[in-house]
Amino acid sequence: MSYIQGETGDWEIVIGLEVHAQVISNAKLFSGAATAFGAEPNSQVSFVDAAFPGMLPVINEHCIEQAVRTGLGLKAQINLHSVFDRKNYFYADLPQGYQISQFQQPIVGKGEIVLDLPDGSSRTVGVTRLHLEQDAGKSLHDQHPAKTYIDLNRSGVALMEIVSEPDMRTAEEAGAYVRKLRSILRYLGTCDGNMEEGSMRCDVNVSVRKPGAPFGTRCEIKNVNSIRFVMQAIEYEARRQIEIIEEGGKIDQETRLWDTTKFVTRSMRSKEEAHDYRYFPDPDLLPLELDPEWVEAIKSTLPELPDDKKARFIGEYKLSPYDANVLVSEKARADFFETVAKGRDPKLAANWVTGELFGYLNKAGKEIEESPVSAENLGGLIDLIADNTISGRIAKEVFEAMFETGEKAADIVEKKGLRQVTDTGAIEASIDSVLAANADKVAEFRSGKDKLFGFFVGQVMKATQGKANPALVNEILTAKLKG
Amino acid sequence: MTGLTHLTMAAALDGLAKKDFTAVELTEAHVKAVETIRPLNAFITETPEQALAMAKASDARRAKGEAGPMEGLPIAVKDLFCTKGVPTTAASHILDGFKPEYESTVTSNLWRDGAVMLGKVNLDEFAMGSANITSYHGNVVSPWSPGEVGNWSRQLVPGGSSGGSAAAVAARAALGATGTDTGGSIRQPAAFTGIVGIKPTYGRCSRWGVVAFASSLDQAGPMTRTVEDAAIMLRSMCGFDPKDSTSVDMAVPDFRAALTGDIRGLKVGIPKEYRVEGMPAEIAAIWDQGIAWLKEAGAEPVEISLPHTKYALATYYIVAPAEASSNLARYDGLRYGLRVEGASLKDMYENTRGAGFGKEVRRRILIGTYVLSAGYYDAYYNKARQVRTRIKWDFDEAFKQCDVILTPTAPSTAFAIGEKMDDPIQMYLNDVFTVPASLAGLPGMSVPAGVGSDGLPLGLQLLGRPFDEETVLRVGQVIEKAAAVTATPPFMA
Amino acid sequence: MSLDKATVAKIAHLARIKVPDDELDHLAGELSQILTFVEQLGEVNTQDVPPMTSVAAQTLRRRKDEVTDGGYRDAVLSNGPETAEGFYVVPKVVE
Ligand SMILES: [Mg+2]
Ligand SMILES: [Zn+2]
Repeated sequence: MSYIQGETGDWEIVIGLEVHAQVISNAKLFSGAATAFGAEPNSQVSFVDAAFPGMLPVINEHCIEQAVRTGLGLKAQINLHSVFDRKNYFYADLPQGYQISQFQQPIVGKGEIVLDLPDGSSRTVGVTRLHLEQDAGKSLHDQHPAKTYIDLNRSGVALMEIVSEPDMRTAEEAGAYVRKLRSILRYLGTCDGNMEEGSMRCDVNVSVRKPGAPFGTRCEIKNVNSIRFVMQAIEYEARRQIEIIEEGGKIDQETRLWDTTKFVTRSMRSKEEAHDYRYFPDPDLLPLELDPEWVEAIKSTLPELPDDKKARFIGEYKLSPYDANVLVSEKARADFFETVAKGRDPKLAANWVTGELFGYLNKAGKEIEESPVSAENLGGLIDLIADNTISGRIAKEVFEAMFETGEKAADIVEKKGLRQVTDTGAIEASIDSVLAANADKVAEFRSGKDKLFGFFVGQVMKATQGKANPALVNEILTAKLKG
Repeated sequence: MTGLTHLTMAAALDGLAKKDFTAVELTEAHVKAVETIRPLNAFITETPEQALAMAKASDARRAKGEAGPMEGLPIAVKDLFCTKGVPTTAASHILDGFKPEYESTVTSNLWRDGAVMLGKVNLDEFAMGSANITSYHGNVVSPWSPGEVGNWSRQLVPGGSSGGSAAAVAARAALGATGTDTGGSIRQPAAFTGIVGIKPTYGRCSRWGVVAFASSLDQAGPMTRTVEDAAIMLRSMCGFDPKDSTSVDMAVPDFRAALTGDIRGLKVGIPKEYRVEGMPAEIAAIWDQGIAWLKEAGAEPVEISLPHTKYALATYYIVAPAEASSNLARYDGLRYGLRVEGASLKDMYENTRGAGFGKEVRRRILIGTYVLSAGYYDAYYNKARQVRTRIKWDFDEAFKQCDVILTPTAPSTAFAIGEKMDDPIQMYLNDVFTVPASLAGLPGMSVPAGVGSDGLPLGLQLLGRPFDEETVLRVGQVIEKAAAVTATPPFMA
Repeated sequence: MSLDKATVAKIAHLARIKVPDDELDHLAGELSQILTFVEQLGEVNTQDVPPMTSVAAQTLRRRKDEVTDGGYRDAVLSNGPETAEGFYVVPKVVE
C-alpha cells in the first residue's frame, strides 16, 4: 500500500471509476441516425434524437450485442432480463429532458479487471456493473459571448457506463485500470477507446481516509478525458481533501471538474443543486430479454483477451512478464509480434519489437498500424541475422534504413553492400595486414597481454567496415596469434 | 349537397363507388360544414385547400381503379397527431407555431387508404381532461347544447379529451375523426355526444408521431357515427409499426366482416363493482336495458367481479401524471414551439414552461414529478404499478368466465361548462368506468344506447379480451341496432 | 398527504415550471387533495405483486444497426426558436 503523507500522518486514497465508453456501431442506440465522429453540427440528428413530439425509441440490436460482448470480456454476469429507465433532468444538450439509461436492472452485473502494474505485479479490481445508455448532445460555450450553441450529433449515441468498485488506492492504479479497460474494449472491438475524441470519458470518485478507517466522503470529478488527467486529478483532489480535513474542515459530497489549464479540480456550478433524477422504467420500451443461446454464441466469438494472451506469451514464448505486458497491451502489437516470432527465435523477435521498433515508432509519434517496417520485413531482417548474412550491429543500421524507406532488409543489405564477409581468404588477408601493421602489439599479446585480442578484432572489423563475420574473425585471429 | 354530410362512411363509400358524387363534392360539402360549425370551436386548424387537393387526388385514384378502403372519406384529425406541414398544437400554448416535418403513422395509414383531411380538431391540452375545457384554444361546445347557436342556454361539454373530434362528428362536419384514449378520452366524449368511439387494444395503433401523454396507456382509435364506420376506420388506423417498440406485430382483421349480428351463446360479463354508489337511476336503467337487448339477441349475461375497480382511478392518477411529467419534459423552448426568454437557461426553461402549460397540465406534471421523486417513488408510483397488475389480473380472471364485458361508459350525461370545475377529483370521476380497461390495455368501445331524461345521449361500454376488437364491435353493433337511437344534436351542419 | 407551499415550490422547480408565489397556496391545496385521493391505494395488498411496466405482453423488439435516419439538419432546425450556423442557440450556460 502506498499512502500519502499528511500533517497528521498517513492517508489512503480510495478511488472508484465510472467510465463512459462509446459503443462502436453504425447507428445510434434508439434511432437510425449515424454515429460518425466529426460531422457537421446537427447533421446526424433524427427527430428521435432531437426529441420531437411523438418520437419513439427503437433499440439497436448491435449495441446490445456489444454490451454483452464487453460484459463477457470483463468476465461479468450477463443479465438475461434488463430494463431501460428514464433518468430525468433538464439540460440544454439533453433534448428529451431525460436520458434513457439502466438503473435497477442493468444488462451486465459484477465482473473484474486485472491491473498490470509497472513493477510487473497484478491486482484485481471489481467491476460493479455495466449498463447501456444514451449519450447527450454537445454544448459549445465559446462560440458566442452570451450564448451556448447546441449540437445534437452525439445525442442518442450508445454508451456503456462501466462502474468499478472503489478498489483502487493510487493514481497509478487508476491509470492502469483505464489503460487495461481500454485495451480490453479495443480487443473486443466494442469501443475505440479514443479519449481525445471523447469515445471514452472517466468520472473519478475520490475520497481519503486514515488507513483502516471507514470510507470518507467522496467527490466525483466528471468527464476527465485522458489517463494523464485522471492521475493528475486524483493526486490533486486527494491532497485537497487531506488539507481540508487536516485543517478541521469537512468534505462536501459534490461534483467537480478537472481544469486542464490550471491543473486543479473545481466545483461545477451547473451541477450545484441537489439532483432528484426520478428514475422510472421507460414506458416506451419493454424489458430486454436475452436468449442464453445467443449469449453463448457471442461468447464463442470472443477473441483471446490480453490476460490470456499474456499468459500464453509467457508460457509459449518464454517472454518476461514485462515484455508480455508491453506486447499484449494492444492487440495490433501482439499480432505484429506473433507474425515476427513465427518460425523464429521469439526472444529475439520480442527484443526487436519492443526495443528498436517501439523506440523508432515512439520517436516518430506513430502507431504500430502505421509502422513503415512491416512484421514480415522485420522477420526478414531477423532471418538475415540468423543465417549470418549480416551481424547484429549491421542489422541496426539496416533497420534504420528500413524504417526510413519501408524497403526490405535484403534489398537494403544488397544495395548498401552490407553483406557479411564470410570468405575466409578475404578475412585472412585482412587479419594479416592488421597483424603486420601492429607487430609490436602482436609481440605484447604473445608475451601474455591477452586483453589485446579485442584490439585486433576491432582493427579487423574497422578494416572490413564491420562486415566481417565476427565468429570467423575470432577463429582465424586466434589461430594466427597462436602461430 | 348538405345531405352528403349526413351519410355514414359506409354509405359514402357506396355513393362514391356508384359515382353518385365525387370525393371533391363530398369534401366540398364537409369543408362548408366545418365552417358552419365554427361556433362549436371544434377545429383548431382548418385545412380546406389540402382537403380539396386530397379529394381531387382521391377521385383520380378511384378513376384508375385504385380506390383504398377509405377512398375519398373526409375526416378530422385530433390535434395530437403530428401532420406534416400542418400546425400541431396538442391544444397547448407551448407548441405555438410548431409545424412537424413528419406525419404520424396512424394518419399516414389513413391517407394511404384514401381518407381526406379536413383539419385538426380541438382537445384538452395534451389530452389531459374529460370535458375539453383545458385547451389553450378555448373550450369546445357540444352540438347537443340547448338554445340558440352561439347563444346557448346551457353550454354543454362534448367530453374529453377528444372533444373536438366528438363534436365535429356529432355535428356532421366530418364522417369520422381520429381520437386518442388514455383513460377514456375516446369513449367518454363519444358517449356524451351520441357517437361511437373505440379504443383498440394497447399496441394495435402505432403511437409514433402522436404527441405523448402517458405512454403506457395512450392508444389511438376512431370516432364515428356508426359501429360499421368504426370498423372501417379502425382497420385503416391499425397495423404493426416497427418505429414503435410497443406496437404489436399482428395481422389486422377485417373488422367489418366481424359484424355478423350473431352473438348467440356469447357470455357477457356484468361487473358487479361497476354498480357504484350513487349511480344515477337512468344510467343503471340503460345498463339493464343493454343487458336485456343482448339477452334477446341470444347472449348470456353473467355476473363477474372486478374487485380492484375502485382503485383504478387512483392508480391512473399516479401512473398517467408520472409518465406525463417525463414525456412533457421535452417542451423546453429550445428546439420547437414557444420560448419565453430568460437571463439564464434555467430561467428560460421556467418561463417557457410556466407560460406554456395550462393549469391542468401543470397540476399533473407536478403530481407526476412528486410521485416519482426520491422518497415517494415506492409509496406512490411503484405501488400504483402493482395495483395496476392486480387490475389486469382481475380482467384476466373475468375473461375466463365471459367473452365481453358490458358497462355504462360514463356516470352521467354531458354536463355544462362551469359544473364540476373547481374540484379536480369530481372531474376525474368522469373516467371511473373507462379507466380500468385503459390500465389493462384492453379494447373498449362506447356505443350510443339512448338518451337521458335531459334528452342527452347515453352510451354503453363494451370491453373485450386483448386483440379481440371483433367481438367488441359485433356486440356493439347489436346494441346499436337494438337501441336504434334517432335523436340528433340540435345543432348540425 | 398534505403538501406545503415550500414543497410545491421545490417540485415546481424540479419540473422547471415557474409558479407565481401567490398561486402556491392554492396549488398546494389542490395537489394535497389529489394525493389524499390516491393514497387509498394503501389499502390494496400488493405483497409479491410484480409492478406493471407495460401491458403489451411482448419483449423488446430490436432493429438492425443501419443508418436509416438523420441527415436532414434543416428540417431538424426549422422549428427552432433560435438557431445559428447550424446550431440551436440558448442563453449562455455556465459550467
Ligand atoms: Mg454515472
Ligand atoms: Zn452515465
